[in-house]
Amino acid sequence: MKITQQLLADLVAAAIKCGATEAESIALESTEFSVEVRLGEVETLQESASRGLGLRVIYEGRQASISTSDLQAGSLEKLVTDAVDMARLTSADKAAVLPAPEEFADVTDEDLQLYDPAIAELQTERKIALAQACETAARSFDARIVNSEGASCSTTLGRMLLVTSAGFSGEYRATNCGLMVAPIARAGDQMQVAGWGDRQRWLEKLEAPEKIGQEAAHRVIRKLGARKVPTQEVPIVFESSAAGELLSNFFEAVSGEAVFRRASFLLGKLDEIIASPLLTIIDDGRMPGAVGSRPFDGEGLPTRRTEVVKNGVLRNYLLNNYTARKLGLSSTANATRGLTGTPGVGVTNFYVAPGQSLPEEIIATVKNGFYVTDLIGFGFNPVTGDYSRGAAGLWIENGRLTYPVEEVTIAGNFREMLHGIEIIGNDLRFRGSLAAPTLKISKMMVSGD
Amino acid sequence: MTLPLSFFIENFPISVAEIEKLLSDALSRGGDYADLYFEYSVLSNLSLEQQLVKSANRAITQGVGVRVISGERTGYAYSDEIAPRSIRTAALTAAHIANSTGNQAPINVTAQPPTHNLYAVEHSASEQPLERKIDLLKRADRTARSYDRRIREVQASLVDEYKVILIASSDGLLIGDVQPLIRMNVNCIADDDRNLQSGRSGGGGRAGLEFFETVQTPESFAHAAAQQAICLLAAVEAPAGAMEVVLAPGWPGILLHEAVGHGLESDFNRKGTSAFSGLIGQKVASELCTIIDDGTIGGRRGSLNIDDEGQPTSKTVLIEKGILRGYLQDRLSSRLTGAALTGNGRRESYQCLPMPRMTNTFMLSGQDAPEDIIASVKRGLYAVNFGGGQVDITSGKFVFSASEAYLIENGKITAPVKGATLIGHGPSALTKVTAVAHDLTLDHGVGLCGKNGQSVPVGVGLPTIKISEMTVGGTKG
Repeated sequence: MKITQQLLADLVAAAIKCGATEAESIALESTEFSVEVRLGEVETLQESASRGLGLRVIYEGRQASISTSDLQAGSLEKLVTDAVDMARLTSADKAAVLPAPEEFADVTDEDLQLYDPAIAELQTERKIALAQACETAARSFDARIVNSEGASCSTTLGRMLLVTSAGFSGEYRATNCGLMVAPIARAGDQMQVAGWGDRQRWLEKLEAPEKIGQEAAHRVIRKLGARKVPTQEVPIVFESSAAGELLSNFFEAVSGEAVFRRASFLLGKLDEIIASPLLTIIDDGRMPGAVGSRPFDGEGLPTRRTEVVKNGVLRNYLLNNYTARKLGLSSTANATRGLTGTPGVGVTNFYVAPGQSLPEEIIATVKNGFYVTDLIGFGFNPVTGDYSRGAAGLWIENGRLTYPVEEVTIAGNFREMLHGIEIIGNDLRFRGSLAAPTLKISKMMVSGD
Repeated sequence: MTLPLSFFIENFPISVAEIEKLLSDALSRGGDYADLYFEYSVLSNLSLEQQLVKSANRAITQGVGVRVISGERTGYAYSDEIAPRSIRTAALTAAHIANSTGNQAPINVTAQPPTHNLYAVEHSASEQPLERKIDLLKRADRTARSYDRRIREVQASLVDEYKVILIASSDGLLIGDVQPLIRMNVNCIADDDRNLQSGRSGGGGRAGLEFFETVQTPESFAHAAAQQAICLLAAVEAPAGAMEVVLAPGWPGILLHEAVGHGLESDFNRKGTSAFSGLIGQKVASELCTIIDDGTIGGRRGSLNIDDEGQPTSKTVLIEKGILRGYLQDRLSSRLTGAALTGNGRRESYQCLPMPRMTNTFMLSGQDAPEDIIASVKRGLYAVNFGGGQVDITSGKFVFSASEAYLIENGKITAPVKGATLIGHGPSALTKVTAVAHDLTLDHGVGLCGKNGQSVPVGVGLPTIKISEMTVGGTKG
């Protein structure tokens, strides 16, 4: 059976007929391909097409959802009746409603450039060659690169459809292409790995495989000889990729899901100064051709550009319809959807606005400090803002990068860390849907020997 | 009890003869080995927050994964329709990895029952009335809220899965399993008007809902989560630097999972990319440490009758009195290295390739009394509960983050501290284990392990142990 907006509209109508007050149906189709090469040889080839659909029903504020990949007519009929029966048993929740018809907009007009036909047409041989070129560039960079975790090239062609009983009906197609490599270097007893890659919606935007391979190689070679440092409080410079991880932690606390549950240190801080005046954070779902762009969110609302932090002031939480209603606010069109369950909250293109400084100028301001290139672990608590993660990178002495450092942690509290942002770099580049330039934080505790 | 083979034959248009034909198709361009992985699963979840039962959700997943191995190369494709025509398309796609003349000999598979019966569940949770599940969540909510008036929010969730799998291989294997899994989690937010803190607890296993009456109750989870949140309101800064660390029994066994478990998975070792590569027979821990991976413990979250390649799970000694003894094998690594299978080939779903994964990983009890271990520490950390952990397999550096920990001062447990990450180096961290107590405890059953984007349920266990020196990532120098 072909998945169409009409099929979803029929399901929605059947649910209403069954007694649901509101209903929403979603379908996801994707064709995924990936090749992994290692030491020059193809190791795995995977290719598959999959599809599934989900139905969410609301019965007087009571919600239930069911998803399936079984699209036979008889199975879908049962899906509708089961969902309505399940909903009758949950609790009435005034916030559990679909967005109102007037909140929708005509979302198909503007071309967000989400679908690259060149990715759809990319031949298997070419994908293998991209991965091989990436790995070869990494392995030939330095004699100390003795092994490899391999390189991979993956592509996704996706289609998303959404129909709601409130009057929304829409769909879009999107492509995605990723290239990754992880070379391994050895010196004496020490072995190090560094992964590096790029992910874009358009093939022509993807960084050249040779450049990705060389960067990965550079990153692994500079780790060789890494050691611990004594425990001390120092300024920290976060390399762009590590700064992106800080931003990802910040999202956990600014998400409406954490805020309405009182599980965020940003609770009650709207329109207050929460960070250094240098900090501006944006979520923008309408950047043409960007990985996080989409015409509408998981509830059918048109995506938009939201200033989350403006010059250090918290301007907006990121919200879906449910969390917005719980907080007495309006949705920022950040609803995300799987096939099952209630909508979540997610970023679109989420980034720290770039500053003026070159990364090396930032490093030059530090007399004794830590340039963090890699973070490991899950040591961030959005409820309290407490932050403690494993870190690796390079030590800074007198404004210059010196020896590599590993097996240490960096710790602080996000409240102080946000205020402590001293300099923001000019090196913003998206390698996915979340990006930050190089950042300097005035001081954090480094724990080592 | 449902028999996997008859389940698939009765519900889908397939037969044993058709399965044999599909395996032949998979090897039509050559290759050494092919297998089919049939999966049907129903995943239900229910959550309660702000005293409202928020939504009842159910996901039905079905499909077949086809794998072809040719030397070190693997081809994989799947179909989300369990019907010969679409499985054949997947088989022919996977077949592309090989390019020789193809296998002409007919393939015959013979059905066999699993040798283990570790989770005979009479009534699967997925068939239980929703009202019964809602009642469990409400009991947790009531207990947590009545624990202390500073408990402001309670979030409780119940997840149950019912999974039927069937594996057929070109080696003639035809074997299936029915795998129930339940889990309940309780999160509490405490607020004393100055500070917010959270506490969490949960548990489960491969069992029916009666587990929550007889083994662990919603009240016990709620009590533990509320107690943790309230206790943390008084938390002081965590210390920074290298110090003595005492790990409480049970869930802190995540140390073993990160410090040694992942590094002993055979794929990394076959490729020479693990910090443990080539260390078999060498000392990687103190002689007090014996570490086991055991997929055969009845009813445990990490246990399985067969792995996702049809091999019975087993008990594997990873480290014996400090000496590295073995790796965790899947079929590919075992074929390439000649090592015996250990039943650790696991995958998240039919959409994924199997890999070597842990089951239940724990350290055997020693001789010490836990109170003597604490009394022996002048200044250190006593870590009771952990959030997640992570490891860099190649460098061996690993972290795990304490979510509930206390200072030890002059042999006594004193103030609770804020969350802190502990960091170490896998091949040397356990050489610093200087005491192991006689109180081995397995975790409550909420562990989820991620590798290459695939999540599988696992278990861990630990007796109280002392590590003479480990870096604690606090803020107080």
